[in-house]
Amino acid sequence: MINVIWMLLLVIGIIYAGINGRIEIVTSSAISAAEGAVTLSFKLIGVMCLWLGIMKIAELSGLIKVFAYLLSPITQLLFPSVPRNHPAMGAIVMTISANMLGLGNAATPLGIKAMNELQKLNSNKDTASDAMCTLLALCTTGFTLVPATVIALRSAAGSTAPAEIVGATIMVSLTATVVAILADRILRSIYTLKARR
Amino acid sequence: MFVEISRELSVWAIPLILLFVPLIGYFRKVKVYEAFVDGAAEGFHTAIRIMPFLVAMMVSINVFRTSGAMESFVSFLSPVLVYLGVPADLVPLAIMRPLSGTGSLGLATEILNTFGPDSLCGRIASTVMGSTDTTFYILTVYFGAVGIRKPRYSLFVGLLGDLTGFFGSIYLCNKLFGS
Repeated sequence: MINVIWMLLLVIGIIYAGINGRIEIVTSSAISAAEGAVTLSFKLIGVMCLWLGIMKIAELSGLIKVFAYLLSPITQLLFPSVPRNHPAMGAIVMTISANMLGLGNAATPLGIKAMNELQKLNSNKDTASDAMCTLLALCTTGFTLVPATVIALRSAAGSTAPAEIVGATIMVSLTATVVAILADRILRSIYTLKARR
Repeated sequence: MFVEISRELSVWAIPLILLFVPLIGYFRKVKVYEAFVDGAAEGFHTAIRIMPFLVAMMVSINVFRTSGAMESFVSFLSPVLVYLGVPADLVPLAIMRPLSGTGSLGLATEILNTFGPDSLCGRIASTVMGSTDTTFYILTVYFGAVGIRKPRYSLFVGLLGDLTGFFGSIYLCNKLFGS
Protein backbone atom coordinates (compact mmCIF):
# COMPACT_ATOMS: atom_id res chain seq x y z
CA MET A 1 0.00 0.00 0.00
CA ILE A 2 2.71 2.47 0.99
CA ASN A 3 4.64 1.71 -2.20
CA VAL A 4 1.64 2.45 -4.40
CA ILE A 5 0.72 5.65 -2.61
CA TRP A 6 4.28 6.93 -2.60
CA MET A 7 4.65 6.26 -6.31
CA LEU A 8 1.23 7.69 -7.20
CA LEU A 9 1.92 10.97 -5.41
CA LEU A 10 5.17 11.34 -7.31
CA VAL A 11 3.95 10.16 -10.74
CA ILE A 12 0.70 12.15 -10.69
CA GLY A 13 2.59 15.24 -9.57
CA ILE A 14 5.15 14.99 -12.37
CA ILE A 15 2.60 14.25 -15.11
CA TYR A 16 0.33 17.03 -13.90
CA ALA A 17 3.18 19.55 -13.90
CA GLY A 18 4.18 18.35 -17.40
CA ILE A 19 0.69 18.75 -18.84
CA ASN A 20 0.39 22.24 -17.40
CA GLY A 21 3.75 23.33 -18.73
CA ARG A 22 5.32 23.67 -15.34
CA ILE A 23 7.71 20.76 -15.46
CA GLU A 24 10.60 22.82 -14.07
CA ILE A 25 8.71 23.02 -10.77
CA VAL A 26 9.24 19.29 -10.26
CA THR A 27 13.02 19.59 -10.07
CA SER A 28 13.07 22.53 -7.71
CA SER A 29 10.38 21.14 -5.41
CA ALA A 30 11.99 17.68 -5.25
CA ILE A 31 15.36 19.16 -4.37
CA SER A 32 13.99 21.63 -1.84
CA ALA A 33 11.93 18.86 -0.19
CA ALA A 34 14.99 16.62 0.07
CA GLU A 35 16.93 19.43 1.69
CA GLY A 36 14.00 20.24 3.94
CA ALA A 37 13.86 16.63 5.12
CA VAL A 38 17.49 16.74 6.15
CA THR A 39 17.00 20.06 7.96
CA LEU A 40 14.04 18.54 9.77
CA SER A 41 16.04 15.48 10.83
CA PHE A 42 18.77 17.74 12.16
CA LYS A 43 16.22 19.75 14.11
CA LEU A 44 14.93 16.50 15.55
CA ILE A 45 18.37 15.64 16.94
CA GLY A 46 18.12 18.33 19.63
CA VAL A 47 14.70 17.42 21.04
CA MET A 48 15.51 13.77 20.59
CA CYS A 49 18.64 14.06 22.76
CA LEU A 50 16.82 16.15 25.36
CA TRP A 51 13.91 13.77 25.86
CA LEU A 52 15.88 10.58 25.60
CA GLY A 53 18.25 11.99 28.23
CA ILE A 54 15.38 12.81 30.59
CA MET A 55 13.82 9.44 29.83
CA LYS A 56 17.05 7.68 30.84
CA ILE A 57 17.07 9.42 34.22
CA ALA A 58 13.41 8.51 34.72
CA GLU A 59 14.19 4.94 33.77
CA LEU A 60 17.13 4.53 36.15
CA SER A 61 15.28 6.13 39.05
CA GLY A 62 12.41 3.66 38.65
CA LEU A 63 9.87 6.37 37.80
CA ILE A 64 8.89 4.74 34.54
CA LYS A 65 8.31 1.39 36.21
CA VAL A 66 5.85 3.05 38.59
CA PHE A 67 4.00 4.71 35.72
CA ALA A 68 3.98 1.55 33.66
CA TYR A 69 2.62 -0.38 36.65
CA LEU A 70 -0.15 2.15 37.28
CA LEU A 71 -1.30 2.06 33.66
CA SER A 72 -0.70 -1.66 33.10
CA PRO A 73 -4.41 -2.62 33.11
CA ILE A 74 -4.91 -0.47 29.99
CA THR A 75 -1.62 -1.21 28.25
CA GLN A 76 -2.00 -4.95 28.81
CA LEU A 77 -5.33 -4.78 27.05
CA LEU A 78 -3.96 -2.76 24.13
CA PHE A 79 -0.65 -4.61 23.78
CA PRO A 80 -1.27 -8.26 24.66
CA SER A 81 1.87 -9.37 22.80
CA VAL A 82 4.24 -7.32 24.97
CA PRO A 83 5.43 -8.97 28.23
CA ARG A 84 4.26 -7.12 31.32
CA ASN A 85 7.70 -6.08 32.58
CA HIS A 86 9.34 -5.38 29.23
CA PRO A 87 10.92 -1.90 28.92
CA ALA A 88 8.70 -1.35 25.85
CA MET A 89 5.71 -0.97 28.19
CA GLY A 90 7.38 1.90 30.04
CA ALA A 91 8.23 3.66 26.78
CA ILE A 92 4.69 3.17 25.45
CA VAL A 93 3.19 4.64 28.61
CA MET A 94 5.50 7.66 28.36
CA THR A 95 4.54 8.22 24.71
CA ILE A 96 0.83 8.12 25.44
CA SER A 97 1.27 10.49 28.40
CA ALA A 98 3.25 12.97 26.29
CA ASN A 99 0.52 12.87 23.65
CA MET A 100 -2.21 13.42 26.25
CA LEU A 101 -0.40 16.46 27.67
CA GLY A 102 -0.02 17.88 24.16
CA LEU A 103 3.78 17.74 24.34
CA GLY A 104 4.24 17.21 20.61
CA ASN A 105 8.01 17.52 20.57
CA ALA A 106 8.40 15.09 23.46
CA ALA A 107 5.93 12.57 22.04
CA THR A 108 8.00 11.91 18.91
CA PRO A 109 11.30 10.96 20.65
CA LEU A 110 9.44 8.87 23.22
CA GLY A 111 7.37 7.16 20.52
CA ILE A 112 10.53 6.29 18.63
CA LYS A 113 12.05 4.94 21.82
CA ALA A 114 8.97 2.75 22.24
CA MET A 115 9.26 1.56 18.63
CA ASN A 116 12.91 0.70 19.31
CA GLU A 117 11.92 -1.46 22.27
CA LEU A 118 9.15 -3.12 20.25
CA GLN A 119 11.63 -3.82 17.45
CA LYS A 120 13.61 -5.94 19.93
CA LEU A 121 10.54 -8.18 20.29
CA ASN A 122 9.86 -8.21 16.56
CA SER A 123 10.79 -11.42 14.75
CA ASN A 124 10.57 -9.92 11.26
CA LYS A 125 12.75 -6.82 11.32
CA ASP A 126 11.52 -5.01 8.22
CA THR A 127 7.81 -5.60 8.82
CA ALA A 128 5.74 -3.82 11.48
CA SER A 129 4.65 -6.14 14.32
CA ASP A 130 1.11 -6.18 15.74
CA ALA A 131 2.17 -4.10 18.73
CA MET A 132 3.90 -1.56 16.48
CA CYS A 133 0.74 -1.14 14.42
CA THR A 134 -1.30 -0.57 17.58
CA LEU A 135 1.19 2.01 18.86
CA LEU A 136 1.11 3.79 15.51
CA ALA A 137 -2.70 3.81 15.58
CA LEU A 138 -2.54 5.47 19.02
CA CYS A 139 0.02 8.04 17.88
CA THR A 140 -1.58 9.00 14.57
CA THR A 141 -4.89 9.69 16.28
CA GLY A 142 -2.92 11.29 19.13
CA PHE A 143 -5.44 11.30 21.96
CA THR A 144 -4.89 14.63 23.66
CA LEU A 145 -6.19 16.46 26.71
CA VAL A 146 -4.34 19.72 26.03
CA PRO A 147 -4.21 20.81 22.38
CA ALA A 148 -1.53 23.41 23.14
CA THR A 149 -0.65 24.36 19.56
CA VAL A 150 -4.26 25.01 18.61
CA ILE A 151 -4.90 27.12 21.70
CA ALA A 152 -1.83 29.23 20.88
CA LEU A 153 -2.95 29.54 17.25
CA ARG A 154 -6.43 30.68 18.27
CA SER A 155 -5.22 33.31 20.70
CA ALA A 156 -2.79 34.60 18.06
CA ALA A 157 -5.76 34.99 15.70
CA GLY A 158 -7.56 37.09 18.34
CA SER A 159 -10.09 34.59 19.67
CA THR A 160 -12.21 35.72 22.63
CA ALA A 161 -12.13 32.16 24.01
CA PRO A 162 -9.07 30.36 22.64
CA ALA A 163 -9.63 27.24 24.74
CA GLU A 164 -13.34 26.73 24.13
CA ILE A 165 -12.63 23.96 21.62
CA VAL A 166 -10.83 21.84 24.23
CA GLY A 167 -13.93 19.86 25.19
CA ALA A 168 -14.81 19.13 21.57
CA THR A 169 -11.20 18.20 20.79
CA ILE A 170 -11.07 15.69 23.65
CA MET A 171 -14.32 14.04 22.61
CA VAL A 172 -13.44 13.88 18.93
CA SER A 173 -9.90 12.62 19.46
CA LEU A 174 -11.18 9.98 21.90
CA THR A 175 -13.66 8.80 19.26
CA ALA A 176 -10.96 8.76 16.57
CA THR A 177 -8.66 6.76 18.86
CA VAL A 178 -11.36 4.19 19.59
CA VAL A 179 -12.17 3.84 15.87
CA ALA A 180 -8.46 3.44 15.02
CA ILE A 181 -7.93 0.82 17.74
CA LEU A 182 -10.97 -1.16 16.57
CA ALA A 183 -9.85 -0.94 12.92
CA ASP A 184 -6.38 -2.07 14.00
CA ARG A 185 -7.86 -5.14 15.70
CA ILE A 186 -10.13 -6.05 12.79
CA LEU A 187 -7.44 -5.60 10.13
CA ARG A 188 -4.97 -7.57 12.23
CA SER A 189 -7.23 -10.61 12.26
CA ILE A 190 -7.87 -10.29 8.51
CA TYR A 191 -4.13 -10.05 7.84
CA THR A 192 -3.33 -12.98 10.11
CA LEU A 193 -5.91 -15.13 8.32
CA LYS A 194 -4.46 -14.15 4.94
CA ALA A 195 -0.91 -14.89 6.08
CA ARG A 196 -1.88 -18.39 7.20
CA ARG A 197 -3.29 -19.36 3.84
CA MET B 1 -12.42 26.49 35.10
CA PHE B 2 -11.54 23.53 32.91
CA VAL B 3 -10.21 25.90 30.29
CA GLU B 4 -7.93 27.58 32.85
CA ILE B 5 -6.60 24.25 34.04
CA SER B 6 -5.82 23.03 30.56
CA ARG B 7 -4.06 26.26 29.62
CA GLU B 8 -1.96 26.28 32.80
CA LEU B 9 -1.15 22.61 32.32
CA SER B 10 0.27 23.19 28.86
CA VAL B 11 2.56 25.95 30.14
CA TRP B 12 3.75 24.09 33.24
CA ALA B 13 4.07 20.53 31.95
CA ILE B 14 7.56 20.69 30.45
CA PRO B 15 9.21 22.83 33.16
CA LEU B 16 7.75 20.54 35.82
CA ILE B 17 9.00 17.41 34.07
CA LEU B 18 12.45 18.94 33.67
CA LEU B 19 12.38 19.86 37.38
CA PHE B 20 11.07 16.67 38.94
CA VAL B 21 12.66 13.91 36.87
CA PRO B 22 16.26 14.89 37.68
CA LEU B 23 15.31 15.77 41.26
CA ILE B 24 13.67 12.42 41.93
CA GLY B 25 16.53 10.70 40.11
CA TYR B 26 19.06 12.43 42.34
CA PHE B 27 17.30 11.33 45.52
CA ARG B 28 17.06 7.81 44.16
CA LYS B 29 20.87 7.90 43.82
CA VAL B 30 20.97 8.04 40.03
CA LYS B 31 24.03 9.77 38.56
CA VAL B 32 21.77 12.23 36.80
CA TYR B 33 24.24 13.97 34.52
CA GLU B 34 25.83 10.73 33.34
CA ALA B 35 22.44 9.12 32.80
CA PHE B 36 21.22 12.09 30.76
CA VAL B 37 24.26 12.01 28.50
CA ASP B 38 23.91 8.26 28.12
CA GLY B 39 20.32 8.55 26.97
CA ALA B 40 20.94 11.59 24.78
CA ALA B 41 23.64 9.77 22.81
CA GLU B 42 20.90 7.62 21.27
CA GLY B 43 19.15 10.69 19.90
CA PHE B 44 21.74 11.44 17.26
CA HIS B 45 21.71 7.99 15.66
CA THR B 46 17.94 7.82 15.64
CA ALA B 47 17.61 11.15 13.86
CA ILE B 48 20.15 10.11 11.24
CA ARG B 49 18.36 6.80 10.66
CA ILE B 50 15.08 8.65 9.96
CA MET B 51 16.63 10.79 7.24
CA PRO B 52 16.23 8.55 4.14
CA PHE B 53 12.61 7.77 5.05
CA LEU B 54 11.85 11.45 5.55
CA VAL B 55 13.52 12.45 2.27
CA ALA B 56 11.51 9.86 0.33
CA MET B 57 8.20 10.90 1.85
CA MET B 58 8.70 14.65 1.73
CA VAL B 59 9.89 14.62 -1.89
CA SER B 60 6.84 12.80 -3.23
CA ILE B 61 4.39 14.82 -1.13
CA ASN B 62 6.04 18.09 -2.10
CA VAL B 63 6.04 17.29 -5.82
CA PHE B 64 2.35 16.39 -5.56
CA ARG B 65 1.64 19.67 -3.79
CA THR B 66 3.66 22.15 -5.79
CA SER B 67 2.74 20.68 -9.20
CA GLY B 68 -0.84 21.80 -8.62
CA ALA B 69 -2.07 18.20 -8.68
CA MET B 70 -3.20 18.54 -5.10
CA GLU B 71 -5.37 21.58 -5.85
CA SER B 72 -7.04 19.69 -8.67
CA PHE B 73 -7.53 16.73 -6.37
CA VAL B 74 -9.18 19.07 -3.87
CA SER B 75 -11.53 20.57 -6.45
CA PHE B 76 -12.26 17.07 -7.79
CA LEU B 77 -13.21 15.78 -4.33
CA SER B 78 -14.89 18.99 -3.25
CA PRO B 79 -18.43 18.26 -4.57
CA VAL B 80 -18.42 14.84 -2.87
CA LEU B 81 -17.25 16.22 0.46
CA VAL B 82 -19.63 19.18 0.31
CA TYR B 83 -22.44 16.74 -0.38
CA LEU B 84 -21.38 14.86 2.76
CA GLY B 85 -21.75 18.06 4.78
CA VAL B 86 -18.21 19.39 4.76
CA PRO B 87 -18.04 23.20 4.46
CA ALA B 88 -16.32 23.99 1.13
CA ASP B 89 -13.69 26.16 2.84
CA LEU B 90 -12.52 23.18 4.89
CA VAL B 91 -11.96 20.74 2.01
CA PRO B 92 -8.29 21.72 1.40
CA LEU B 93 -7.56 21.24 5.11
CA ALA B 94 -9.11 17.77 5.02
CA ILE B 95 -6.79 16.67 2.20
CA MET B 96 -3.70 18.41 3.58
CA ARG B 97 -4.02 17.28 7.21
CA PRO B 98 -2.64 13.73 6.93
CA LEU B 99 0.02 14.72 4.36
CA SER B 100 1.83 17.72 5.75
CA GLY B 101 2.06 19.19 9.25
CA THR B 102 3.36 22.61 8.25
CA GLY B 103 1.01 22.72 5.25
CA SER B 104 -2.09 22.01 7.32
CA LEU B 105 -0.98 24.43 10.04
CA GLY B 106 -0.69 27.11 7.36
CA LEU B 107 -4.16 26.34 6.01
CA ALA B 108 -5.66 26.35 9.51
CA THR B 109 -4.04 29.71 10.28
CA GLU B 110 -5.47 31.08 7.06
CA ILE B 111 -8.97 29.85 7.95
CA LEU B 112 -8.71 31.36 11.45
CA ASN B 113 -7.58 34.70 10.03
CA THR B 114 -10.13 34.81 7.21
CA PHE B 115 -13.26 33.67 9.02
CA GLY B 116 -12.20 34.49 12.58
CA PRO B 117 -11.27 31.93 15.25
CA ASP B 118 -14.72 32.15 16.83
CA SER B 119 -16.65 31.46 13.62
CA LEU B 120 -18.09 27.99 13.09
CA CYS B 121 -15.53 27.33 10.36
CA GLY B 122 -12.70 28.50 12.61
CA ARG B 123 -13.88 26.29 15.45
CA ILE B 124 -14.16 23.24 13.23
CA ALA B 125 -10.67 23.87 11.82
CA SER B 126 -9.31 24.21 15.38
CA THR B 127 -10.95 21.00 16.51
CA VAL B 128 -9.65 19.16 13.43
CA MET B 129 -6.10 20.34 14.13
CA GLY B 130 -6.34 19.31 17.79
CA SER B 131 -7.86 15.90 17.27
CA THR B 132 -5.95 14.56 14.25
CA ASP B 133 -2.30 14.22 13.38
CA THR B 134 -0.03 14.13 10.34
CA THR B 135 -0.40 10.41 9.65
CA PHE B 136 2.17 10.21 6.85
CA TYR B 137 4.81 12.03 8.90
CA ILE B 138 4.26 9.91 12.02
CA LEU B 139 4.34 6.69 10.03
CA THR B 140 7.51 7.74 8.22
CA VAL B 141 9.36 8.87 11.32
CA TYR B 142 8.27 6.20 13.82
CA PHE B 143 8.74 3.26 11.49
CA GLY B 144 11.75 4.80 9.73
CA ALA B 145 13.62 5.15 13.01
CA VAL B 146 13.66 1.37 13.50
CA GLY B 147 14.01 0.45 9.82
CA ILE B 148 10.47 -0.83 9.21
CA ARG B 149 9.76 -0.75 5.48
CA LYS B 150 6.51 -2.71 5.47
CA PRO B 151 3.90 -0.89 7.55
CA ARG B 152 1.19 -3.46 6.72
CA TYR B 153 -2.28 -1.97 7.35
CA SER B 154 -1.02 0.93 9.53
CA LEU B 155 -1.48 3.65 6.93
CA PHE B 156 -5.10 2.70 6.44
CA VAL B 157 -5.76 2.73 10.18
CA GLY B 158 -4.13 6.16 10.53
CA LEU B 159 -6.13 7.63 7.65
CA LEU B 160 -9.34 6.17 9.05
CA GLY B 161 -8.49 7.89 12.34
CA ASP B 162 -8.03 11.19 10.49
CA LEU B 163 -11.31 10.74 8.68
CA THR B 164 -13.12 10.04 11.94
CA GLY B 165 -11.49 13.10 13.50
CA PHE B 166 -12.51 15.28 10.59
CA PHE B 167 -16.15 14.26 10.37
CA GLY B 168 -16.37 14.06 14.16
CA SER B 169 -15.19 17.68 14.42
CA ILE B 170 -17.76 18.87 11.89
CA TYR B 171 -20.58 16.99 13.58
CA LEU B 172 -19.72 18.00 17.12
CA CYS B 173 -18.96 21.66 16.36
CA ASN B 174 -22.26 21.94 14.51
CA LYS B 175 -24.01 20.50 17.58
CA LEU B 176 -22.13 22.64 20.10
CA PHE B 177 -21.63 25.93 18.31
CA GLY B 178 -23.98 25.82 15.33
CA SER B 179 -26.93 28.18 15.30
